[in-house]
Amino acid sequence: MIEAVLSMGGLALAAGLGLGFAAKKFHIEGDPKVDGLAALLPATNCGNCGFPGCRPYAEAMAKGETTNIGLCSPGGVETMEKIAAMLGIEPVEMEADTGPKVAFVREEECIGCTACIKACPVDAIIGANKQSHTVIADMCTACKACIKPCPVDCIEMVAVPVTVYSWMWSKPENSASLH
Amino acid sequence: MGIVASVLKKFHGGVHPTGHKELSEHCAIEPMPMPKRLVIPLHQHLGAPSEPVVAAGDKVFKGDLLGKAVGFVSAAVHASTSGTVVSVEEHAVGHPSGLTMLCVVLEPDGEDKWNPQIKGVADPLSLDPATIRDQIKAAGIVGLGGATFPSFIKLTPPRDKVIDLLLINAVECEPYLTCDARLMEERSQQVVEGVRIMLHALQTRECIIGIEANKPKAIAAMEKAVAGEASMRVISLPVMYPQGSEKQLIEVVTGRQVPSKGLPVDVGVIVHNVATAAAVRDAIQSGHPLVARIVTVTGRGINRPANLEVLLGTLVDDCVSHCGGLKTGTCKVVMGGPMMGLALHRTDVPVVKGTSGILALTQDESSGKQEHPCIRCGQCVQSCPMQLVPCTMAWFAKTDQIDQLSSVDLFDCVECGSCAYVCPSNIPLVHYFRYGKLSVQARERENKKMELTRQRSQVREERLAREKEEKERKKEEMKAKMAAKKASGSGSPGAKTDPVAKEAG
Repeated sequence: MIEAVLSMGGLALAAGLGLGFAAKKFHIEGDPKVDGLAALLPATNCGNCGFPGCRPYAEAMAKGETTNIGLCSPGGVETMEKIAAMLGIEPVEMEADTGPKVAFVREEECIGCTACIKACPVDAIIGANKQSHTVIADMCTACKACIKPCPVDCIEMVAVPVTVYSWMWSKPENSASLH
Repeated sequence: MGIVASVLKKFHGGVHPTGHKELSEHCAIEPMPMPKRLVIPLHQHLGAPSEPVVAAGDKVFKGDLLGKAVGFVSAAVHASTSGTVVSVEEHAVGHPSGLTMLCVVLEPDGEDKWNPQIKGVADPLSLDPATIRDQIKAAGIVGLGGATFPSFIKLTPPRDKVIDLLLINAVECEPYLTCDARLMEERSQQVVEGVRIMLHALQTRECIIGIEANKPKAIAAMEKAVAGEASMRVISLPVMYPQGSEKQLIEVVTGRQVPSKGLPVDVGVIVHNVATAAAVRDAIQSGHPLVARIVTVTGRGINRPANLEVLLGTLVDDCVSHCGGLKTGTCKVVMGGPMMGLALHRTDVPVVKGTSGILALTQDESSGKQEHPCIRCGQCVQSCPMQLVPCTMAWFAKTDQIDQLSSVDLFDCVECGSCAYVCPSNIPLVHYFRYGKLSVQARERENKKMELTRQRSQVREERLAREKEEKERKKEEMKAKMAAKKASGSGSPGAKTDPVAKEAG
């Protein structure tokens, strides 16, 4: 009896010391919640959410300054759901997702002012002064940051067409509860 | 015969679907009459789509290149007959989405004339293995069992691997299909010649031709054809679906198990379909690229079942009407076998390299019953030839638990459909797995794009900071210069008036 108490007690003591030591040794400065949220966001700092960048938005959500977790439009519903899971709150309604979109410059109307090039947070627009600009569709994150700066309103968001290569199987339709 | 197990092994699970082969097994291979128009898709294989090298108005011979292979895993596409290219356009194809794909539309001139420059090699064994592989690649040959993987790759074993055995897959375990059986009955010599070339390309000494016991005539014909060949042997296999899946076939014949995420070559075996062997013979000995294949047109919904030799690009509609059309009561047309094939949205789609069958199924023959909740009976687990747990995988897919999906070896699933076949609740399990696989892949793509976005944004910020610094520095320099000028200017007024004097001068 006494041996069991002693051995278990000894083990507990050793584990306690280990934990205490580890807590000191691996202590992390800063708010891990902010880091976690910032990692979920696209890090493009497009400003579409109304905050000066991705990290400020993450900070605002972590501190509870904003309760709207659905402001990141490039991240979409998927990012919002991840944030909801991390914060342990209910997912919110987001603007209806009508499939992937990209920015498109109507080149015949473009005057080559480079305003959109400067606005793009991921350098996805190419062109030069007084030369027509164009968007590299594969790089575009659909943050819409280029739309407002355009003085002639020649940029629009267009849907990415579905091809046999991007098509997805949908879930079986008439599925009753499986389990 | 070291590698081949003396007693055939058994693979885990499997099912015994009704064969229905009696509908077409007695029908001799007949050539399909030349259709009015051929629609030849530029992507009939696994890998990257081929790139068109013809334009509307071009006249082509039979066997001329229409699309060239792009990248390593890709295959060339050739003109199935002589005629005129009408257009290179998007056309409906046999794809589960019902979407279109880039196709070459060809109007036959009726002469069906091979390019006169095409020449065969009388003695293929005199060729270098690398030359054989190049010719097989140029001929656009892909696995004709249905997977359509470019064949030359499977004839190029990695240098560090030893190939003990070439296994010819003549199992044809899918119900209804009889095209391979008929090929072996009628053209066994062609198959043997093809196998000889394959053995030479692989520099392998042993070949087993595996045929299921429900095709006694094919077995007899092949046994007769290999009689004088020291390196080839025909093995009759007990009937079990999906024995024609290469990993299962290897296990039955050799007792070796291909590791998860591994390839047959990892256990010293290369598997090729029997029709591929025949195509290889044509490519080398006649110089003919792959432009036609044998297709079983069958099912209780078709008036006259047949085994047709069809030019690639012939529309399913044309094949069906050649076979007397559809009976009333046909509820779906399937491309491929009933277990793994694809129900067509429309029938004006072309026959491609991987089309082994066109099935017109009536209500009695097809599933499509209401899905019920899983009762945890475990029949799917018992039937799975890959030893997976289908019910759990389907649950993860249904509830979009993508992390979990990646952890249950979903990608080991060969989509054979055994689980869905035995499921008493009619759960479309394979459909869930396809959805799950694409979801996992889509998320990987998404993550990759996000990482790239992050990098681009970071690089941009660094660049902006650098530019700002540069500007500041220049400003400072300018300021310093001005200050220096000012200082020197106040010292000697002449310096300041100098440029003005010059201007005035």
